Amino acid sequence: MGVIGKSGSFMKNSLKKLTVILTLAACALSAQAGKITIKGSDTLLTLAQKWAEIYMGAHSETKISVLGGGSGIGFAALQGQQTDLANASRKIKSTEIEACIKAFGKRPTEYKVCLDGLTVYVNQENPVKELTLEQLEGIFTGKIKNWKEVGGNDAAITVYSRENSSGTYEFFKEHVLKGKDFVASAQTMQGTSQVVQGVENDAKAIGYGGASYAAKTRALGIKKDSSSPAIAPTEENVVKGTYPIWRYLFVYVNPSQDKGEIASYLTWIRSDEGQKVVKQEGYYPLPEALRK
Amino acid sequence: MSHSNQQFKRKTFDFSSWFFTVLTGAATYLIVSILAVILLNVLISGLPRFSWRFLTGGTERDMFSVANAGVWPMIVGTSIRVFVMTLMVVPVGVITAIYLTEYASSISFLTRVIRGAVNNLAGVPSIVFGLFGLGFFISYVGKGLDHVFYAGGESHWGKPAVIWAALTLAVMTLPVVIVATEESLRSIQPGLREASLALGATKLQTIFKIVVPQAMPGILTGAILAIGRAAGEVAPILFTGVAYYMADLPHSLNDLFMDLGFHTFILASQSPNIEQTKPILYSTVLTLLLLTFGLNFIAVLVRGRMRAARRSVH
Amino acid sequence: MQETANNLEAKRSIGWMGLSRGHKARPLEWLIEKGIFLVAISAILVVFLIFLFVLREAWPIFSGKANSAAARKVIPADQIDKLTPAQLQAYLELTPDEFNKKDKETLKLLMEVKEEAGKEAVPDKDEALNTTEWKYILKPYAWTGYSKPEYIWQPISNIKKYNIIPLIIGSLKTTLVALLFSVPLSIAAAIYVSQLANPKVKEWVKPAIEMLSGIPSVVMGVFALLVLATFLQTIFHYNSRLNALVAGVALGLAIVPVIFSIAEDALTSVPRSYVQAALAVGSSKWQAAWQVVLPAALPGVFAAVILGFGRAIGETMIVLLASGNASIMSASIFDSTRSITSTIAAELAEAVFGGHHYGMLFMIGTLLFGVTFVSNLMGEYIMYRLKSRLEGKQK
Repeated sequence: MGVIGKSGSFMKNSLKKLTVILTLAACALSAQAGKITIKGSDTLLTLAQKWAEIYMGAHSETKISVLGGGSGIGFAALQGQQTDLANASRKIKSTEIEACIKAFGKRPTEYKVCLDGLTVYVNQENPVKELTLEQLEGIFTGKIKNWKEVGGNDAAITVYSRENSSGTYEFFKEHVLKGKDFVASAQTMQGTSQVVQGVENDAKAIGYGGASYAAKTRALGIKKDSSSPAIAPTEENVVKGTYPIWRYLFVYVNPSQDKGEIASYLTWIRSDEGQKVVKQEGYYPLPEALRK
Repeated sequence: MSHSNQQFKRKTFDFSSWFFTVLTGAATYLIVSILAVILLNVLISGLPRFSWRFLTGGTERDMFSVANAGVWPMIVGTSIRVFVMTLMVVPVGVITAIYLTEYASSISFLTRVIRGAVNNLAGVPSIVFGLFGLGFFISYVGKGLDHVFYAGGESHWGKPAVIWAALTLAVMTLPVVIVATEESLRSIQPGLREASLALGATKLQTIFKIVVPQAMPGILTGAILAIGRAAGEVAPILFTGVAYYMADLPHSLNDLFMDLGFHTFILASQSPNIEQTKPILYSTVLTLLLLTFGLNFIAVLVRGRMRAARRSVH
Repeated sequence: MQETANNLEAKRSIGWMGLSRGHKARPLEWLIEKGIFLVAISAILVVFLIFLFVLREAWPIFSGKANSAAARKVIPADQIDKLTPAQLQAYLELTPDEFNKKDKETLKLLMEVKEEAGKEAVPDKDEALNTTEWKYILKPYAWTGYSKPEYIWQPISNIKKYNIIPLIIGSLKTTLVALLFSVPLSIAAAIYVSQLANPKVKEWVKPAIEMLSGIPSVVMGVFALLVLATFLQTIFHYNSRLNALVAGVALGLAIVPVIFSIAEDALTSVPRSYVQAALAVGSSKWQAAWQVVLPAALPGVFAAVILGFGRAIGETMIVLLASGNASIMSASIFDSTRSITSTIAAELAEAVFGGHHYGMLFMIGTLLFGVTFVSNLMGEYIMYRLKSRLEGKQK
């Protein structure tokens, strides 16, 4: 800022520019109303963007910005008060709650917004149709290195994973890998769709992500253990809770901000209308009991 | 000159000479043909969806639908950050160049160090500028402003915003402007300065009425090159203000913005379905290339004109 | 020549000073001149600020003040009254200023959350280690769940593992591939364009190659991701679709114009008389170029390679999109790699502001800055020496 000031006072032309800048800056201070910033999970990005489009269609006075980056980024921004809502594909961690309390004195309020069946994708040419949780853990931690160990062809497994800022990454790590590290040779992708693209083009690949992304890959059936039946990530199975890797997706908010436009937006996304969008985008709507 | 020795050509066929000429020639044309492949790939895949509607369409609905997608908000966002950057970098860069050529002693150690540092700044990785933008502009300047004006309560400036992205880019392109301006200032004949001084003009009058107008094409080229470089950069703005999705255009300097380059990155890695959104991706790339190449082309034209004009003076 | 120019310079500066003394005082101009000086100085200061502010965020790591140890003792929240304010402040990791601003309610809430965190934590034999120490950053260690000592970069984990060796290897590997690809190509092109091609070809080939530098790196990354990766996989049949080779070749394309322009510049600055002398004693154009011009310009070609290296190692978007980003220790170019730049780009926004992960990313940023700074400095210096030598000889 200092630099502008100096050049402005010494060059005639720049003086005009400075005035423009100051005017813009002045506008900045008055332009806060009616804006919602949403930041966080990549899994929720497309859904949040769609919600924003439709919500703004009905409430033209509200302007919503959506930023991605990952669940962790959302929490970091919530704590830094750089965003109004934080999208997350995992529960907030106590260290993150602690940081929020330090920043604004309160626990962030948690809203469950929809259900997601975390799907494991393989290439359509792959003969493997189902895996147990234990086999998944082995593959993603690098203990199982060849498809023939799980009943497939004799071919090395290419593991596709996500960037570590992703909530999907952490959820998978916690619930499937039981906290162990991903195998270091896992390809780290910037988004779920990049994982899907990789799996589509690679006959030896395995990847994971939201159910809605599966596209031209095959979603594996998952068995809790070797004796139980394989269960596909369909809406019915996820909502009933029989599919073993399912999760809630969340939105977090600073309780002192949870009023006015933000509150009405939060109510709307959990209403029947908002949950209809959830279904269109390939996620699963919340059970009625959780919508209030 | 090289033509004159044609007649001295050897009579015997020199195989090694022929072979290596072909080899180096092949390397040259390989590079050119790869460039052609890249451009044709973008052009062929990008043109079908490239339309006036695509350029002026917004993101209010269906950012990822091939039929409805538009890039107007990205074009505006990129333009704003580049425009604000230009407002900062051109005056500062030109003044610094004036100081270095007209005031600082050209043989002093300090001037040499400064010149070296400026040249070196041009080679610093753009991601480091991103770190700098976050560490200095946002968490130091921005948070400082919040502390002073809002007593550290709500954050108005200490967060990613278009102004911080523009300032980060301004620092990044500073050497481009300084070097181009210095070059054109130095190419002005000393006689012009002397004539002006002899007529009783002061040093400052000479600089601003004679030297700078003469150097204008060079300064312009520098500015355009800076804009061209900044327009396509993504790494420095990742942490300093770019948004995945915004419903409306940025209204103020502390707003977020959407960006052509970043949108390209999103479409390539984070769209709902990469294969389906490929047409939008290519059209976005085409828009970005038209913008950066357009700017570079203007720079080349300006430089050519300037050279021609100078030749006619001499 | 040189002498008269120097004389002129000296005379001119005396004239300048004389004039400014001879005129009546002009306060406005004085002010403006001081202003010019100030702007120039602040612009230059920014250059040095860059290093300072990147280093500032990385300092806790360099000085060993950061602590990432996961083990924490837990004090039940109902014992809040038994602690002295100083103890409480230390326990809650608050600065005195922050501590004084908080009411008891908030403090108690913080204690409750700490208690919850204590219950959540998974016991681990390594939980007391401060993984930001240099020995963990640089040397392999047998972490829980790993059978032997390994170099691991896993910043999001129960135990945060910050070994930067895989990242350094990743950066060097892609850069090496880029150089192997682009150096022969661009230097051959530089020889061809500057020495062998006829002027008409030169007129359009040179700007065409320089046009490559106008392609934004994100576009090059997309090209590598969508086209190059598929193309190279059909040739080499490797396992990981995105790997060091794909990223390296795309990086190489990005630095071709850098190496080409500098090498071409160096070759052209060799005096024409060298070539004419060689041709006069009967050598062919190629011999003149290979045996006379190239050796004379060799330092310049070397400088071109160094500057190309600096550019390649600092490139972000290409490697982020096309390298697969797996942080593995592997010498094979057909394996995915994770570079320093893409690690910063992918993880920085996630890192808690001011935390150890944040500091660590700034630390590798500082390393990157240092490496490119030194390589640029070397390149510029060699180029400067070469030019003054060649121009000196011409006289």
